[in-house]
Amino acid sequence: MMEQNEVLLEIRHLKKEYNSHTVFRDFSFQVHKGEVVVIIGPSGCGKSTLLRCINGLEPIQGGEILLDGKRVDPRDKSITQVRQKIGMVFQSYDLFPHKTVLENIALAPVIVQKRQKGEVQEEAVRLLERVGLADRKNDFPRQLSGGQKQRVAIVRALCMHPEILLLDEITAALDPEMVREVLDVVLKLAKTGCTMLIVTHEMAFARAIADRILFLDNGEPVEISSDPRQFFEQPQSRRAQLFLQTFTYG
Amino acid sequence: MNADILIQYLPLYRDALYLTWKIGWLGIALAFLLGVWCAVMCHLHVPILARLSRIYIEVFRNTPLLVQLFFLYFALPKLGLRVSAQVCGVLGLGLLGGAYMAESLRSGLESVAPIQTESALSLGMTREAAFFHVILPQAVSVSVPGLVANVIFLLKETSVFSTISLMDLMFTAKDLIGMYAKTIECLFLLVVFYLIMLLPVSVLGSFIERKVRHAEFGD
Amino acid sequence: MQSLGIDVLWKGTNFLRLLGGLWVALRISLISVAISILLGLLAGVLMTLKNPVLKAVLRCYLETVRIMPQMVLLFIAYFGTTRVFGWNIPAESAAIFVFSFWGTAEMGDLVRGALISILAIQYESAYSLGMTKAQVYCHVILPQTVRRLIPLSINLITRMVKTTSLVMMIGIVEVLKVAQQIIEANRKASPNAAFGVFATVFLLYFLICWPVGRLAAYLEKRWA
Repeated sequence: MMEQNEVLLEIRHLKKEYNSHTVFRDFSFQVHKGEVVVIIGPSGCGKSTLLRCINGLEPIQGGEILLDGKRVDPRDKSITQVRQKIGMVFQSYDLFPHKTVLENIALAPVIVQKRQKGEVQEEAVRLLERVGLADRKNDFPRQLSGGQKQRVAIVRALCMHPEILLLDEITAALDPEMVREVLDVVLKLAKTGCTMLIVTHEMAFARAIADRILFLDNGEPVEISSDPRQFFEQPQSRRAQLFLQTFTYG
Repeated sequence: MNADILIQYLPLYRDALYLTWKIGWLGIALAFLLGVWCAVMCHLHVPILARLSRIYIEVFRNTPLLVQLFFLYFALPKLGLRVSAQVCGVLGLGLLGGAYMAESLRSGLESVAPIQTESALSLGMTREAAFFHVILPQAVSVSVPGLVANVIFLLKETSVFSTISLMDLMFTAKDLIGMYAKTIECLFLLVVFYLIMLLPVSVLGSFIERKVRHAEFGD
Repeated sequence: MQSLGIDVLWKGTNFLRLLGGLWVALRISLISVAISILLGLLAGVLMTLKNPVLKAVLRCYLETVRIMPQMVLLFIAYFGTTRVFGWNIPAESAAIFVFSFWGTAEMGDLVRGALISILAIQYESAYSLGMTKAQVYCHVILPQTVRRLIPLSINLITRMVKTTSLVMMIGIVEVLKVAQQIIEANRKASPNAAFGVFATVFLLYFLICWPVGRLAAYLEKRWA
């Protein structure tokens, strides 16, 4: 695994409730620079909520989330600055349907970071080449397959030069034959040292990519393992054992 | 029908068409601006302004244009607010249309999935940037059929301008019928001129609608 | 309220006259609405038939009504017929005719839309349960059609109520005309009557159309 780099993301005593339902009571966790953390756990355990809190898309009821020492606070004006450093890719890709692939990618860098359009577009094309989609740059999202849309969504997040990438079940909505092309992109990214926090149900992928596994259940970090192989073969906690039994992974 | 009379009346109708056309489009432009403004206020839940927009929309959607015009033209001067018939026409049409445009846009805005806002926010956009760059353009394209229908509706509504003595098509027809009793010729020209005014818009409207629909589907 | 001219309404029978005028407008719209709904149901069913001639004719009818301002239709029905055919139709009948002519087309289009929006699978699954054609219509298709139709037709009703204010243009003494008469009669005593009286008319229309519109919105949401 990665040597102990500095802490990039720190979650301290996070408390998150929806109305009367408590998702996290007192959750703390750290992600180091260059690290790939995969979060797994049964549905409803709070995985996606955690990512949404980190990106300030959900108000939190207690504790704090720090990125590079700066607080993530959805009510503060600084939130847009923090969000620029956090790239997020959603399950349903959510490209902007009225813009072409290139415009989707270049929109935020141009209007948020005020970068030169030409320079951004050049970079966008380079990134598209890396995911094998340079020839689709002028297509509209509806002309792409699910896997292609998801790769564009990843490029869109990357083009903002985020310090950390949050991937929220990015293959869950895809047809099985498209999963591979997307996961390959993520695997390549991991090799470049990109810090990532990944929620996924693809166990083989989790095992291949993770530096650390965070097994969440009922909003609690039941098991944290720096040795993915060991986690998948001999999980320590009873709950992780039960959970993994429901998967056949190869 | 007498062709000489038609030719004789033609210039009068042409002038009336020009006036109707001018006031109609100015009113529609005003309506569109008002509609966008109100829809934005409501969508972003801006305190007070959202509520005021709501009230305005309900009031103007639920009263006839004729009554609104009478109020603007005959009642408001009693409060010292006197405007010319033309300004009154533009204002009346704009106020009526603004309420309808706002409703169409509102339903368009509601049709854009909330996750679109979230994915824009997660790219670091401010709420305003997300709204104007991501949500509004999509909402407008969804609203196009409604907006086009509103434009045609508003152009038709211009026919009540005659009641506040604007020399529009209707006024001209009524005036000529009253003066010379050439009813058939006058009504014929009236229909022809309304067709000249409305047919192109209607055809263009369905064309735009089809284009937008084409762009939306296929997903 | 002297300065705003609302006092005029309380003089003599003025307010009652105003309400009487409103009733004239409402009566015309309600009769037209009733006719439009009946004929519109028929027109809507006809529009879904496959006969190309019938389709073209109904399409032309609908487009004509859509593109011509109601005021123009009113003028044609009232002034035109007198001139061409020598008929002397009472203004109110002409108005009812025009609004029904318009309403039938609009209603027909709503009925057509509601009918074709029901997917073929609904028919198929009902047939596959062994229902007869009549049972399918009674128990499956019509209830769905009606639910889609009711909110839309209520909206059409408010549109028709609003549009009947035009009948003053062919000389019918409805609420706006009565309002003008009241203002005219009190020009000396109450120079600001125009404000109070027109504001009242404005409010009266709102009080009629707004609750009906809310009802339509409520039903639409509930049955969506």
